[in-house]
Amino acid sequence: MEKVAMTSYSRLSDRVSEIKPSGIRRFFDLASQMENVISLGVGEPDFVTPWNIREESIFSLERGYTAYSANAGLIELREAISHYMETRFAVSYNPDTEILVTVGASEAIDLGMRAILNEGDEVIIVEPTFVSYAPLVTMAGGVPVPVGTSAETNFEVRPADIEAAVTDKTKAIMICYPNNPTGSSISKKCLEDIAAIVRKHNLFVFSDEIYAELAYDKEHVCFATLPGMKEQTIVINGFSKAFAMTGWRVGFALAPPDLLGAMLKIHQYSLMCAPTMAQYGALEALQHGMDDVERMKLSYQQRRNFFVKTAKEIGLPCHHPDGALYAFPSIAHTGFTSEEFAEALLKEERVAVVPGSVFGEGGEGHIRCSYATSLTHLEEALERIGRFLRRLELR
Amino acid sequence: MLDQKAYEILQIIEANGRLESSKIAKMVDLTSEEVDQYVKELEDKNVILSYSAVVDWTKLPAKETVTATIDVKVAPKRGVGFDEVAERIYRFPEVKALYLMSGAYDLSVVIEGKTMQETARFVSERLSTIDSVLSTTTHFQLKTYKHDGVIFKEPESDKRIVVSP
Ligand SMILES: Cc1ncc(COP(=O)(O)O)c(C=O)c1O
Repeated sequence: MEKVAMTSYSRLSDRVSEIKPSGIRRFFDLASQMENVISLGVGEPDFVTPWNIREESIFSLERGYTAYSANAGLIELREAISHYMETRFAVSYNPDTEILVTVGASEAIDLGMRAILNEGDEVIIVEPTFVSYAPLVTMAGGVPVPVGTSAETNFEVRPADIEAAVTDKTKAIMICYPNNPTGSSISKKCLEDIAAIVRKHNLFVFSDEIYAELAYDKEHVCFATLPGMKEQTIVINGFSKAFAMTGWRVGFALAPPDLLGAMLKIHQYSLMCAPTMAQYGALEALQHGMDDVERMKLSYQQRRNFFVKTAKEIGLPCHHPDGALYAFPSIAHTGFTSEEFAEALLKEERVAVVPGSVFGEGGEGHIRCSYATSLTHLEEALERIGRFLRRLELR
Repeated sequence: MLDQKAYEILQIIEANGRLESSKIAKMVDLTSEEVDQYVKELEDKNVILSYSAVVDWTKLPAKETVTATIDVKVAPKRGVGFDEVAERIYRFPEVKALYLMSGAYDLSVVIEGKTMQETARFVSERLSTIDSVLSTTTHFQLKTYKHDGVIFKEPESDKRIVVSP
């Protein structure tokens, strides 16, 4: 106690203290105290993991496969990932030296940051985007540099904006497509322009492609397939979204051997390996799960269509999301900030959405709505939002 | 018009035959009129045969029914094979389903009656007395866990947390 009083001694690390609590957390606290809430706030599939995957994991327990796996993950799983990347995205990775099975895509991002960043290195983050990137950069000692996007360009980044943000401290660019929260993808042309910047300034790219299987309208292009980019890219992917396996905590990183080796070093000291039974489930997912992916994807796509069309009808302007599980309609015309809007909507109509501001630059003026919920709930939620908007107009 | 859209519309209708065309239209990115056209054509071509609900009758107090599956061995007739005897059997209103099987017996008949007695009488008086029927084995269903792809249990609540990244 005395120590605290006498000096500015802090019990916590400066890096952690610097990080703001997630805006998502705040909305979770608000919403979870209320009853009868229809939630469009969930960033995960509404399907339960397909049964054969659960079955295979149970079977692995029955057989007694309860020990640590190799640090990099079960070799069978790494081979299956290699085969999957080759057949789905036409890019080849060596299971022995270029593939790492992680505890969710989340860990893969963390490892990548810690593996390449030195104190003060800058990472350009194309926003609005997943809430974890900037804090993970900070915790790895780096400096997040946001580059915003807007609905006018369907939330596709303008390469010139990236170029303008590059300094001599810039180490990497973080992209995510299809994107959370906007659902936007990045066109091949735009990816090529980003690749040109990468070559010119000798940067790395974090390409979070966890929603690659949930790209509805266009074929997904893996960033590492662009000329010269495999050597410069850490591809992040995982099982959470495509296979409805969020609670399993299995993801993977793909990177050239030097980067991957560095990531493996951290991984083996901090986590040892991903849970073995979850890895067996993931293996089954890759071997026999693609039909289920197709089935779930079609269902999301239909609900995306339903959501976007109905949103427009009730006066909620919405761009066209290419994939993932989210729409990012604009609420700017209401004069509210996205936080005010989300909070009032929750209190008055019991619909939970996430304010766009929590996803970074360009997110203000929007709300994230996940359409991974039943059609009945979607309809009801949209009806409530419509009522809310009409009431706002009368005020 | 048996294209991808037809396929999608059929899947949606098969899961929920009561969904309005205006909603289906939004889901598959067509106009309501186009969906109606598709549905009409699918009905006309007998792709959609009927609309029905899967009902858990045990939830209602009074109406209890008995369902039995009967394995039937028959002597096939020259020229018409199994079709003639099959037709004689499926015309009975008690018969809910009828399949020609490979293996230990020939026809699988699913029948539904009000009581066990009624069902037993149907087997002994109607089925086994048909000329070419050689033998029957009756299995009564005790409980329905899943029917027509629908699992019979209480609706599950959403286990996901209300807001997540
Ligand atoms: C863009 C993005 N990357 C990564 C993750 C985390 O995935 P995982 O469950 O594999 O850690 C999410 C989850 O919401 C996400 O939206």
